[in-house]
Amino acid sequence: MSDEFVLDDVVEAGDGWIGEIPAGTLLRITDLHGNQAVDTLFYDALDYANRYSAMDTIREQGAVYLTTGSVLMTVNCDPLATIVADTCGRHDTLGGACSQESNVVRYGRHTRHQHSCRTTFVRKAKEWGRGLEKRDIAHNINFFMNVPVTEDGGLTFEDGVSAPGKYVELRAERDLLMLVSNCPQLNNPCNGYDPTAIRITGRRA
Amino acid sequence: MTAYSIEVPGGAAESLRLRRHRTLTLRALGPDANVAMLIYAFDGPTERLNVPDTLKAQMSAHIKPPMTLMSDMGRALASVTASSLDWHDAITGHSLPAAVERRFGPSSYAADRNDWRRSARFGLLTELWKHDLGARDLHANINFFTKVAPAGDERGTLAYTPGHASEGDHVTLRAEIDLLIVLSTAPHPLDPAETWTPAGVRLEIAEGPGPAPDDPSRNWRAETARSLELAERSYA
Repeated sequence: MSDEFVLDDVVEAGDGWIGEIPAGTLLRITDLHGNQAVDTLFYDALDYANRYSAMDTIREQGAVYLTTGSVLMTVNCDPLATIVADTCGRHDTLGGACSQESNVVRYGRHTRHQHSCRTTFVRKAKEWGRGLEKRDIAHNINFFMNVPVTEDGGLTFEDGVSAPGKYVELRAERDLLMLVSNCPQLNNPCNGYDPTAIRITGRRA
Repeated sequence: MTAYSIEVPGGAAESLRLRRHRTLTLRALGPDANVAMLIYAFDGPTERLNVPDTLKAQMSAHIKPPMTLMSDMGRALASVTASSLDWHDAITGHSLPAAVERRFGPSSYAADRNDWRRSARFGLLTELWKHDLGARDLHANINFFTKVAPAGDERGTLAYTPGHASEGDHVTLRAEIDLLIVLSTAPHPLDPAETWTPAGVRLEIAEGPGPAPDDPSRNWRAETARSLELAERSYA
């Protein structure tokens, strides 16, 4: 990949992003207007089967939430990226991505044709091609999303812990493919009931 | 009535087809048993267990009766109809070959014959391969009989609960569509046991009725009921 890698894109509410991030890049995702969930998947750019694994990441760090110091792991426990800065405080990786089907289960049939993250994943994966298929869409990270897990094993979606301008910064530990859905969910507080734009910037460290 | 039952020794892997409305009971044959399970729709295995969807729809970070286990398509794959334990883990994955070797030292068939130490990943991938599936078909598995609980602190620190499962503990799943079930009985990766002595499990497959109108899963949460309804519609 190019030595002069520079990235600066605004992703509008309900839109997505897919592309390669070279190893060593400092990648920043900024919640421009606050309380915006950013559903994100990472892959080893040379082997998409070696992809982000939420559960391997959680087990290896011995904790549920992602924050500064968290190493995002593949299914083979290879490091994909390390969170090196985090002004939000914590991020979710248990809540998955919304889909038309899970919206029906959670909120009822009337939500079947609302926009969802998985629809954005499908659109961006098709756009990218290169063999990405349904089974490559694994369990994602939700940057800026607040999903508290309690001692008695409860799990809820709460109002965001994020605010305008909060950001998370990651160092790419290998060449990555990144797939993002800027979440369009309107039925729970994960986007403050008003999905807004985010900004993705990247530069060589 | 039990149609058949099989014993799976500790540290092994198995796959089976479970037809709609049959039940599968897992029975621990020793302490600290663990069954890492992946679940697929038999007719089209790109539809599979989705742990995040299952947990968020039912507001639980662990698996217990009367939850349904939901697919990425919103259908109930199975209902957890009974269990002697109120907590089965679904958020810590399964053991990898390198980690097992680091913990317990090298092991091979040549040295240890059929007692060689095979990780859950090795067993699951071997069974998946027999069904034309592979690494891209791995998803978050359930760890039946295992409890890994959050401390409730800022980071959501997790701790494995030793002694959570004893011999005789059990859990029963009712298939809501035809299923392919792939499982491993390798020890849970956070099990602190210093020796490799995985407990076996007995699998009991029985004929059963489908969920009645007063079924506990159907009457637990609206989300659970809708997942059952979506499963039923595909057979309507």
